[in-house]
Amino acid sequence: MVPLSYYLLLSAVLFSIGAVGVLIRRNVLIMFMSIELMLNAVNLSFVAFSRFLDSLEGQVFVFLVMAVAAAEVAVGLAIIICIFRNKATVNVDEINLMKG
Amino acid sequence: MPIPLPTVNLIDISPEIILGVFGVLVLLIDLFLRRERKGHLAVLSLIGVVGAFYASLRLWGSSHYAFSQSIVVDNLSLFFNGIFLLGTALVILMSVSYIRREGINLGEYYSLLLFSTLGMLIISSGNDLIILFLGLELVSIPLYILSGFARTNLKSNEAALKYLLLGVFATAFLLYGIALVYGSTGSIKLPMIAKLLSDTAVSSNPLLFIGMGMLIIGFGFKVALVPFHMWTPDVYEGAPTSVTAFMSVGVKAAGFAALLRVLLTALDKLQFSWVSILVVLAILTMTVGNVIALVQTNIKRLLAYSSIAHAGYLLLGLVAGSRLGVSSILFYLVVYALMNLGAFAVVILVGRKGDQNLHLNDYAGLGYRYPLMGAAMSIFLFSLAGIPPTAGFVAKFYIFSAAVKEGFVKLAIIGVLNSALSLFYYLRIMVIMYMREPEKKEVLPILFSPGLVIALLIAVLGVLYLGILPSRVLDLATSAIRTFLSG
Repeated sequence: MVPLSYYLLLSAVLFSIGAVGVLIRRNVLIMFMSIELMLNAVNLSFVAFSRFLDSLEGQVFVFLVMAVAAAEVAVGLAIIICIFRNKATVNVDEINLMKG
Repeated sequence: MPIPLPTVNLIDISPEIILGVFGVLVLLIDLFLRRERKGHLAVLSLIGVVGAFYASLRLWGSSHYAFSQSIVVDNLSLFFNGIFLLGTALVILMSVSYIRREGINLGEYYSLLLFSTLGMLIISSGNDLIILFLGLELVSIPLYILSGFARTNLKSNEAALKYLLLGVFATAFLLYGIALVYGSTGSIKLPMIAKLLSDTAVSSNPLLFIGMGMLIIGFGFKVALVPFHMWTPDVYEGAPTSVTAFMSVGVKAAGFAALLRVLLTALDKLQFSWVSILVVLAILTMTVGNVIALVQTNIKRLLAYSSIAHAGYLLLGLVAGSRLGVSSILFYLVVYALMNLGAFAVVILVGRKGDQNLHLNDYAGLGYRYPLMGAAMSIFLFSLAGIPPTAGFVAKFYIFSAAVKEGFVKLAIIGVLNSALSLFYYLRIMVIMYMREPEKKEVLPILFSPGLVIALLIAVLGVLYLGILPSRVLDLATSAIRTFLSG
């Protein structure tokens, strides 16, 4: 069996890639994908823990995380469409009315 | 693996059920109402809020787990329910005329408010990391929509996007924290985690500490602690004012409810390590919030930074972690809800369509033209600054004395110095209101709508009552934690 640490390492790497993506990319859609990557990295560690602890709670959590992530993306895309209608851009650097 | 079916007792979650039902009801009835009659939905939502409040009252005094230990019904959660429902009721009262003025009087507004409040109630009774997570998301997702509710206003759009991006980013950290805590302890039930942590092999696992840190980051984003506060001023400024009011009170209280449960129930054994983190965060939050508030010229931004500073004061109670500390947090949150919502009610009154008139200079001469409103605003500002005989003073007094009693004298001194600093910018608004002539000669008269006036009255009376006779609510707050800290 593959040891737990492999899964955790992979999950940590994916999470970091996602976090860095949110911080350095400027296209809102790509930022969203990066956030999705972070959430799925967490799901991976939930499943791994659940398998190794032999408890179901982690798996249940994954389902809920997926549902919540879908809700968040639905809202997020709606907001992006709203912005695009008012100001045709998806670049976060151009969405900067407020500063300080 | 057999899965035991939990016994279901719906009475235990009756406040949540009532609020959820009314949220759906508002959505349904909304279909049959013409645009100018959406005000009726506010009445319906208020009935729902009052109903949930009544249901919480009926449960007062109970202390047990429900739904196979994933829900806890105790006085602490019911007291928090009271705070959330009070805040929501005031926000609904304030919203009616505001959203009509801004042209966003849609039925969804009220039902989103109710769903967000439902999330808060779920957080306050969560005894399980799944429930806490779901509650937090149920609070946040409607708020992402609400902060972008003024669809054609680019500022509102921007606020929604910033809130959503950073909110989901924070959620990811929170989830990772939960995953690590789950992985290192093997349970997601808060009391169970506490029990498992008495084993040193478990409680010295480095993964657990990383998880705890990530949990604090996640919650820190939600309650806007420095250095996780970057979204706060922008979102508070861009969102519709009534939504800002709701966020500044509700989300903060909900975040603290979750923090209390997680840190004091589940991770109590690790107190030595999270206290030192929270001390640093508290000092940073108070100082940065107050110092940046000094130079703000937009009232909503100013109140945003002031709310950051107040989160810092609240942390002192959590750092103390004692009975006095927790009960002073509860009392502080009640007072904070009243005074902050009151101040926002005045901001709504003074504001104009399209969120104009939010500059501090727009308040010039208001104290003379509208003496009663000026007096109300002064009371709120005094209370926010913590000057007797307002409630803000009593609240700060208890929080600081809780910190001193637990030996955090330096921290309390920093807190007191900070509230002296905050006096400067609160008083500046009053100086502008009373001692400066308005720049533009013709000013549109302020329209006093019944809802706003009622909200203002409740807030003023509440702030004065709690400032002069705080003992009754303090006793309630003390009895709220009786079963909480004894385990």
